[in-house]
Amino acid sequence: MPFIPHTPEDIRAMLAAIGVPDIETLFDEIPASLRNVQLEAVPAQLNEMESLRLMQERAEQDGRWLNFIGAGAYEHHIPAAVWQIATRGEFYSAYTPYQAEASQGTLQLLYEYQSMMASLTGLDATNASLYDGASGLAEAILMAVRLHRSSHRVLVPATVHPTYVKVVRTIVSSQGIELVEVPYCTEQGVTLPESLRRFAGAPCAALVIPQPNYFGALEPVHALTDWAHAQGALAIGLVNPVSLALLTPPGRWGAQGADIAVGEGQPLGVPLANGGPYFGFLACKQAHVRQMPGRLVGGTVDLDGKPGFTLTLQAREQHIRRSKATSNICTNQGLAVTAAAIHMALLGPHGLKRVAQACHANLHALLDRLERDAGVRRRFSAPVFHEAVLGLEAPVGPLLERMRGDGILGGIELASDFPELTESLLVCTTETKTAIDLDRYVKACNAARAEGAR
Amino acid sequence: MNIPADLKYTQSHEWLRPEADGTVSIGITHHAQDRLGDLVFVEAPKVGQVIARGKECGVVESVKAAADLYAPISGEVVAVNDALSSSPEHVNQDAYGAWMFRVKPSDRTELDTLLDAAAYEKVVASEEH
Repeated sequence: MPFIPHTPEDIRAMLAAIGVPDIETLFDEIPASLRNVQLEAVPAQLNEMESLRLMQERAEQDGRWLNFIGAGAYEHHIPAAVWQIATRGEFYSAYTPYQAEASQGTLQLLYEYQSMMASLTGLDATNASLYDGASGLAEAILMAVRLHRSSHRVLVPATVHPTYVKVVRTIVSSQGIELVEVPYCTEQGVTLPESLRRFAGAPCAALVIPQPNYFGALEPVHALTDWAHAQGALAIGLVNPVSLALLTPPGRWGAQGADIAVGEGQPLGVPLANGGPYFGFLACKQAHVRQMPGRLVGGTVDLDGKPGFTLTLQAREQHIRRSKATSNICTNQGLAVTAAAIHMALLGPHGLKRVAQACHANLHALLDRLERDAGVRRRFSAPVFHEAVLGLEAPVGPLLERMRGDGILGGIELASDFPELTESLLVCTTETKTAIDLDRYVKACNAARAEGAR
Repeated sequence: MNIPADLKYTQSHEWLRPEADGTVSIGITHHAQDRLGDLVFVEAPKVGQVIARGKECGVVESVKAAADLYAPISGEVVAVNDALSSSPEHVNQDAYGAWMFRVKPSDRTELDTLLDAAAYEKVVASEEH
C-alpha cells in the first residue's frame, strides 16, 4: 500500500467536520511551557545544502576512535547490502502487521527471523522481538515466575551485566519478585555450581545463566542448568547471538536444555548508533509458548487453503487480556529485526561462525601480545569468547584517558560496578580489529602505563 | 437454549455435575463456548491444587479471547481432563461432555447456593442483546 499524505484541502475539511479552527488547537491541553521548544543550537530556516554541511561538521566533532569497548554493545562489520535492502520501501515503511492480509511481506520476514533465532538458540519457539536485551531479561524472569507458579524468588549471578540487573530490578520490583545475587569465583570469574548450594534450601522460580558473562568468560552452563532443574526451577540463558555460532546453544544445555533464552540482538546487523534502537530476542521450549510475551508470527492457510502468515496467540497480549496479559509490550523492533534477518541470511550459519571465530582469535592475539610486550595479564582464568578482564596493576582512569589521546577507546573500567575489581579493565575485540590495530593498542597501553609510573 | 436441567451453574458460565463418588465435575456452558469461539487451549488447575470458591483457577483460550475460569466451589482438584490439551475443540462440540476438572468439595453446602437451570437461563437471557 502506498503512503498517501493529507492535502491542505483534506485537512481543512476534517477540521471543519469536528469544529476545530486549526491543528494547533488540538494540542491546547498541553501546557504552554512544554510546547514550542526551540532547537537553539540549530539556526532557523537552513536550506538542504546548509543543513547537510552543519550535520557533517557536527558529526566530525565526535572524532574517529579505534574501539575496544564491548560490555553489551558490539561493533561488528555490517555488509553494505544489509541496510541497502532494509531501507527498501517495502520493508522500511511497512506498518505493524495486525491486518494479516495486508502484511504478508512483513509477517514472512518476521517468521523467517523467528526461525533463524530458534535455530541459533536451539529452542522451539521465539517471538518477533522485544525492545532490547535488558528489558528482555526482565520479561524472561516475569515469564519464568508465571510458569513456575509457586515461587517469586529468582537467582541472578553477579556476573550478569550490571545495567541489565538495574533494568530488571526496575521492571520487576512492583511484582513482588525477589532477585537474589549469586557471587562469582574471584579466581575464575564465573559462577561455580558449589556457590549455589546455599540457595538450595528455599524454592526458586529460576536461575539466570549468562553466556558469555559480563567479564567475557564462559560459565559452566551444563552444571548450572542441571542444578536449576534439580531444584524445580527454570533455567534462563542470557546469551550473545554471535557467540551462539560457536558455543553450545541454550536448547542443549544440561540434560534437559534451558527453558528460556534471551539476549541482545544488536550484534546482528544493527549499528551502535549511540545506544539504540537495538532489539531483544526471546526463545523458549514449546511447552512454555503460551507464557511468552511479545508478538508471535505463525504459519497458517487462507480461505483457499494457500499458505500464509499471521500474528498468533494474540489472546495473551495486552490488547485482549489487559492486566492479565503476559506483558504490556504490544510492539516489536521491526526495522532492527529486518536488518538482523537480512544480516543472518547474508552471512549464513558458516559466515556467522567465521565472524565468531575471528572475534575469538583476535582476543587471544591481543591477550598474547599484552602479556608478551606489556606484561599485562588477565584477571580471571576461565575461557573467554571475545572479551576479557585485564589486571592492569595501574589506575584505569588515567590509562584510558591517555589512550584516548592516542585515538583509542581502551575498554571499560570495572571498579564503578565491581568495587572489588580495582585496576581492572574489560576489553573487547571483534572481527573488525586488524593486527595493526592490536599493535596500536599494546603500544598505547604500554605508553600509558609508563607515563603513569613516572 | 442448551441448558441441561440436571446440572448446576454459576454467573460466570461454569457448569457442575455431582458424581456418584462424591466428586463434582466442572466445565463451561454451551453459551460460554459459543461466545468464546473456537477454543485453542484449556489451562485447568493441577491435580492436588486446592481451589477457593469465586477465585480464578484456570484459563480458557480461544482465537479471540483468553477468559478466566472461576472456581464454583472450594475443594481439592482430584482429576483433570487431559484429552482437552490435545483436543480443546471438544468443548465447542460438546460443552457438557467435555468436563475440565473434578473437585472433592470441602463444603457441600456451597452446592446449594449455585444456580439451577432456570436461574442460569435468566442469566443467559439478560446477556443477549
